[in-house]
Amino acid sequence: MDRAPAVLQGDVGAGARVIRWLEDEDPRGREHLARLYPHTGRAHLIGVTGPAGVGKSSVVDIIITAYRARGLKVGVVAVDPTSPFTGGAILGDRVRMQRHAADDGVFIRSMGARGQMGGLARASFDAMLVLDAMGYDVVLVETVGVGQDELEVVSLTHTTVLISAPGLGDEVQAIKAGLMEVGDVLVLNKADRDGAHQAMSQIELALHLREISAPDATWRPPLVAATATRGEGGEAIVDALQAHRAHLEDTGEFAAQAARRAYHVFVRVLGDVARARLLDEALIRADARALIDEVRARRLDPHAAAATLSAALRIGALEPLS
Amino acid sequence: MAKTPPIRILLAKLGLDTHTVGVTVIAHALRDAGMEVIFSGLKQTPEMVANTAIQEDVDVVGVSSLSAGHMRNIPMLARLLREKGGGDKLLIVGGVIPEEDMPMLLEAGVSKIFTMGADTRDIIAYLQAWRAAQAVAAPAS
Repeated sequence: MDRAPAVLQGDVGAGARVIRWLEDEDPRGREHLARLYPHTGRAHLIGVTGPAGVGKSSVVDIIITAYRARGLKVGVVAVDPTSPFTGGAILGDRVRMQRHAADDGVFIRSMGARGQMGGLARASFDAMLVLDAMGYDVVLVETVGVGQDELEVVSLTHTTVLISAPGLGDEVQAIKAGLMEVGDVLVLNKADRDGAHQAMSQIELALHLREISAPDATWRPPLVAATATRGEGGEAIVDALQAHRAHLEDTGEFAAQAARRAYHVFVRVLGDVARARLLDEALIRADARALIDEVRARRLDPHAAAATLSAALRIGALEPLS
Repeated sequence: MAKTPPIRILLAKLGLDTHTVGVTVIAHALRDAGMEVIFSGLKQTPEMVANTAIQEDVDVVGVSSLSAGHMRNIPMLARLLREKGGGDKLLIVGGVIPEEDMPMLLEAGVSKIFTMGADTRDIIAYLQAWRAAQAVAAPAS
């Protein structure tokens, strides 16, 4: 059944079904995406990330409220971890956003990461494209609680919101490489808690250090204090998000970023396909099995075996991809 | 498809019923059976639950009901699901449901009612059998 025209008219059921197909790797998902893709590129794509427990979903909730007050339609993709043991998941992010469930201008989709690393699900970006094609002005993606190097979301969005909270041991953490190097808008949530002032100044310091190491940067990330459970801070965060969007448009980065993103996604998808295809072909070969036996018997080390096999497959010396 | 996609289920609490122990136990059991479980949150109207079920494109909506209101809320939810294009979703109910209320709920579109003391394994088996029957009826649907 062709649902692309309904998706383009913003039909919620049709959009939700296409996202389900993409998530389930049903071939109809990609058939539809191919037809929706030319209609994407309008939405402001925003990543919301930060460590577990800082209140990402609650901050998304107040961001939705502030955008709705400005008359913009908001789509949300909220990712939660999938159990690596059972493949099951409890997707609880939308509980914090449920007051928007009766609002036609808000579409919230929960997603299990389904084994994907980097804080997102494999289908998260595809789902954002569907929401973009449906006509949502702003599409937010909320990652799994991330560590310091799981930041796929940065390359998939225009603007990254990095959320922190007092009492996370930030003194060292905030200055460490990784998380603090990203974030176009920084939010300190739970700003009513003890230690909020210290956390604010630590983040300010980290931002200052970032400025010193990147003196040519044209955007200075603002830091916003929020207490999401009291509904405080949403307006200021959306002011900052709108300012960042204006900055991207003024500098031509909005379009340039989109081009980089398209290339990034293309390379990633091609890499996934190529890797799977290559392994499928390589591992059924007779010489591969013989090599595996040698490795199991500890007569040959894994690097040497892989090099031999890759030479036989004529893909050159196998250096691990960085 | 690469592998069998997980069953997606929305667990919902309607109205002023705030008893969450049962629904929490069931959420964990279903997750451990490999399902994706979305929780609606408390104090939901039938309209909010129907909207959520459609946005999340779940296979199943499970309503936990422990403090009455079910004779009004659940038929309204079934009707809203049909009106909003979610008539293909399986609607099940668990909790405190008097025997005499069951025929009316089943008539309204509820497929199965699990009363107090139901074994989570029976709920899982019921959902898996439903999914298997669906796959036979409409392959890749």
